[in-house]
Amino acid sequence: MGSAMSILEMKDITKTFPGVKALSNVSFQVEEGEIHCLVGENGAGKSTLMKVLSGVHPFGSYTGDILFQGAVQQFQGIADSEKVGIAIIHQELALIPELTVYENILLGHEITKGIRIDWNETIRKATEMLKKVGLDLNPATQVKDLGVGRQQLVEIAKALSRDVKLLILDEPTAALNEDDCDNLLSLLDGLRKHGVTCVLISHKLKEVIRIADKVTVLRDGQTVVTLDAHQGEVAEGSLIKHMVGREIDDIYPKRSHERSEEVVLSVANWCANEFGNGRPVLRDMNFHVKKGEIVGFAGLMGSGRTELARSIFGNPDHYKLQGEMQVKGVRRHLTHPRQAIQAGIAYATEDRKRNGLVLIQDVRQNITLANLKAISRRNVVNGNAEVKVANEYKTALAIKTPSIEQIVGYLSGGNQQKVSVAKWLFVNPDVLILDEPTRGIDVGAKYEIYTIMNKLVEKGMSIIMISSELPEVLGMSDRVYVVASGRITGELPVAEATQEKIMQMATSC
Amino acid sequence: MIVNEMQKILRQNIREYGMYIALFVIMAYFTYATGGVFISSRNIANLINQTGYIAVLAVGMTLVIVIRHIDLSVGFLAGFLGALAAIAMTSWGCSGPVAALLALVLGLGAGLVTAFLVAQMGIPSFVATLAGWLIYRGALLLVTLKTGTIIIDNTFFNALGNGYVPDLLGGIRILPGVHKLTLLLGVLAIIYFIYSEFKTRANKLAYNFEVLSAQIFTFKLVFVSALMCCVTWVLAGYNGISWTLVIVGVVVVLYDFVTTQTVLGRHIFAVGGNPEAAELSGISVKKIIFVVFGSMGLMAGLSGILFASRLQSATTTAGTLFELDAIAAAFIGGASAAGGVGKVTGSIIGALVYMSLTSGMNLMGIDISSQYIVRGAVLAGAVIFDVSTRRGRK
Repeated sequence: MGSAMSILEMKDITKTFPGVKALSNVSFQVEEGEIHCLVGENGAGKSTLMKVLSGVHPFGSYTGDILFQGAVQQFQGIADSEKVGIAIIHQELALIPELTVYENILLGHEITKGIRIDWNETIRKATEMLKKVGLDLNPATQVKDLGVGRQQLVEIAKALSRDVKLLILDEPTAALNEDDCDNLLSLLDGLRKHGVTCVLISHKLKEVIRIADKVTVLRDGQTVVTLDAHQGEVAEGSLIKHMVGREIDDIYPKRSHERSEEVVLSVANWCANEFGNGRPVLRDMNFHVKKGEIVGFAGLMGSGRTELARSIFGNPDHYKLQGEMQVKGVRRHLTHPRQAIQAGIAYATEDRKRNGLVLIQDVRQNITLANLKAISRRNVVNGNAEVKVANEYKTALAIKTPSIEQIVGYLSGGNQQKVSVAKWLFVNPDVLILDEPTRGIDVGAKYEIYTIMNKLVEKGMSIIMISSELPEVLGMSDRVYVVASGRITGELPVAEATQEKIMQMATSC
Repeated sequence: MIVNEMQKILRQNIREYGMYIALFVIMAYFTYATGGVFISSRNIANLINQTGYIAVLAVGMTLVIVIRHIDLSVGFLAGFLGALAAIAMTSWGCSGPVAALLALVLGLGAGLVTAFLVAQMGIPSFVATLAGWLIYRGALLLVTLKTGTIIIDNTFFNALGNGYVPDLLGGIRILPGVHKLTLLLGVLAIIYFIYSEFKTRANKLAYNFEVLSAQIFTFKLVFVSALMCCVTWVLAGYNGISWTLVIVGVVVVLYDFVTTQTVLGRHIFAVGGNPEAAELSGISVKKIIFVVFGSMGLMAGLSGILFASRLQSATTTAGTLFELDAIAAAFIGGASAAGGVGKVTGSIIGALVYMSLTSGMNLMGIDISSQYIVRGAVLAGAVIFDVSTRRGRK
């Protein structure tokens, strides 16, 4: 490979944080006009590498060279990397919800006439960019009124408005449903034809296989291999093998245990209306969960699965509820998450950063938060007992952290998820609701989460798993409910369920 | 080996120790600049009594800031409650303790009203307490309108801000002019400190946890004991322990215990760190808001009592800027406006730093305009130090 064609070359990049070598001698080369996927487990160093590239970690804080279009670059900040044409789109979108689409697209690069902003030209340019990304939408719409999928496209439009030469997308599809994913991948394909070079970080290997020209695998802060799709080197099995350094013969571990017929949770004629305006959120839902069962809740984003989970978990959104809920045969009317926990229900949220964990506190404090009573006498916390408990869960769930005193915000996504699960295990619930338990985490960590789930149901816990990834729903559930527009539109034993059937039910109203 | 461990401990705790070092430097400088007057027993005793009414506010404010709120009303609330206590004693014939209790209960009530506005009505605390600031200021002017300054001549009440714990051991003839009871209490405190350190260490060892090496542990015991000796000696050189010091001490010990050792404390910090996650972990955020603002109101009552007692009168301007002094003390003490971070002991040190500056500059005869500028610079410097060391921790 001649370096003449390379748009980007990163050579021997080493980056250390106190106590951790995040990257060691990583080399990464991207050719002009290709889609280059970067894959690896959480904590493998993908995000760190991209932060080095975009100047978030400034020149001098790492060793090694960055060559962009043949010239050595020394970025001091994002502004420098943007100037040469590198745009990075993060998993957490950087749009301002209260501003309009056109304001967002040209934010920071406003078109001016004298000291005034030229709004007409701004809107014209924004419309042009929206057309480029195939988004048919009034540019005066406020960003907060758009779904995640469309927001993502607006971000890309924003990047394109700056004559981007290298577009970096950090897990763009993690929060998207299948349709939006499909759109996005088609768009990237289209951009490739127009000569835009793209680096895509993703955990979804199927989309990597579909779109990549080349794939670079990182593991433990080192480059493992770069595979060329055009040589037929890219396949799911080989990718997983390189990522985890071992063969995973089955992504979904098998479990074998006798399921009981005892119903632990049953919900009947369940309706929820929004407080205030009375808008219906959930309509006449009926379902039950048996002891030792994993029940999958499939459906599109916004179909009402999370709302359902929250409405039975003490109803923190203060919906007006109708219907009946029974936990272990006792009729319950729960008005606060505290009561739900006491009744034996736990809920690990879909967005662990926003409402699952206290990111500024350490692993220990997060694990014990929901059940401090258990390690307290007369409301005084026994610090030593707490450390013991936290260490037990750290070992049991293999949470990768230097110590239980580590601030949770510094852990990788998969490990944060494990802390979130540990917190709810310490409550020892009868029914554990996991909302998107593997979102944004890598194959290895997913496998570990699945294994943990299996162990729990074998011990007699029941799990409700809400997931947007159909293979996961099919691979892990005993039974599947499909939710669409706030209704349950189908129930399937897993043996009869297929992706097609579920998708049909999920889009049936 | 020992040096390494020392460095590690220093590095890990630089934020906390930074404040103590700053306090030490400020005190040392003023001692030098005033030819020793600053560190004299008499001045230190005065300094402590002056810090008292800000310190209790700073303690309450710390929790308010931890849960991401603010309370601007407490300065004039303190002034108003102090005036009410004075009126209760002079016009309504209440005894000192009853008047003080009245101020505390009304303070608690006022705090709960704020909490109601914030938690139930959803009004931002800044706005709700700004309204309180105006209302209590008006109320203070209203009750002192006819009389102007109200002189308090209640012995019990005035002792709270000016009196000292009597020397029960005064009869002993050794060391004339030194407060013997203070010495005794100082010695007992040192013994208790050493005992509890050994107990904690034994406890940790029983759980197989990491502990300080024997040398560092000994050093810590000797160093802190020596420091306690110095403080005891300085205090004993004048009138001994003031009632204000006793009150502030009780408040600090109680709040420090609650915030660091209890379930309630954990819940408060979890709510500050991430209210949504806390709610979904079964914690009632509303309840925490009521507890924290209630405690803030209680502390405002206490502050009003201490200030009125210190002046032996209730004035029309009592409480002016107290709230901002308390907020500054909490921020100097390491509280974070982003929520979830703060320490009661830190805020006390913050209050001491703040009042030491005032006291020292007064002794040096520096004019008030420069004093404000210096205090502002110290506040900014403290927060810059705090933010930069926090960032460096990762």
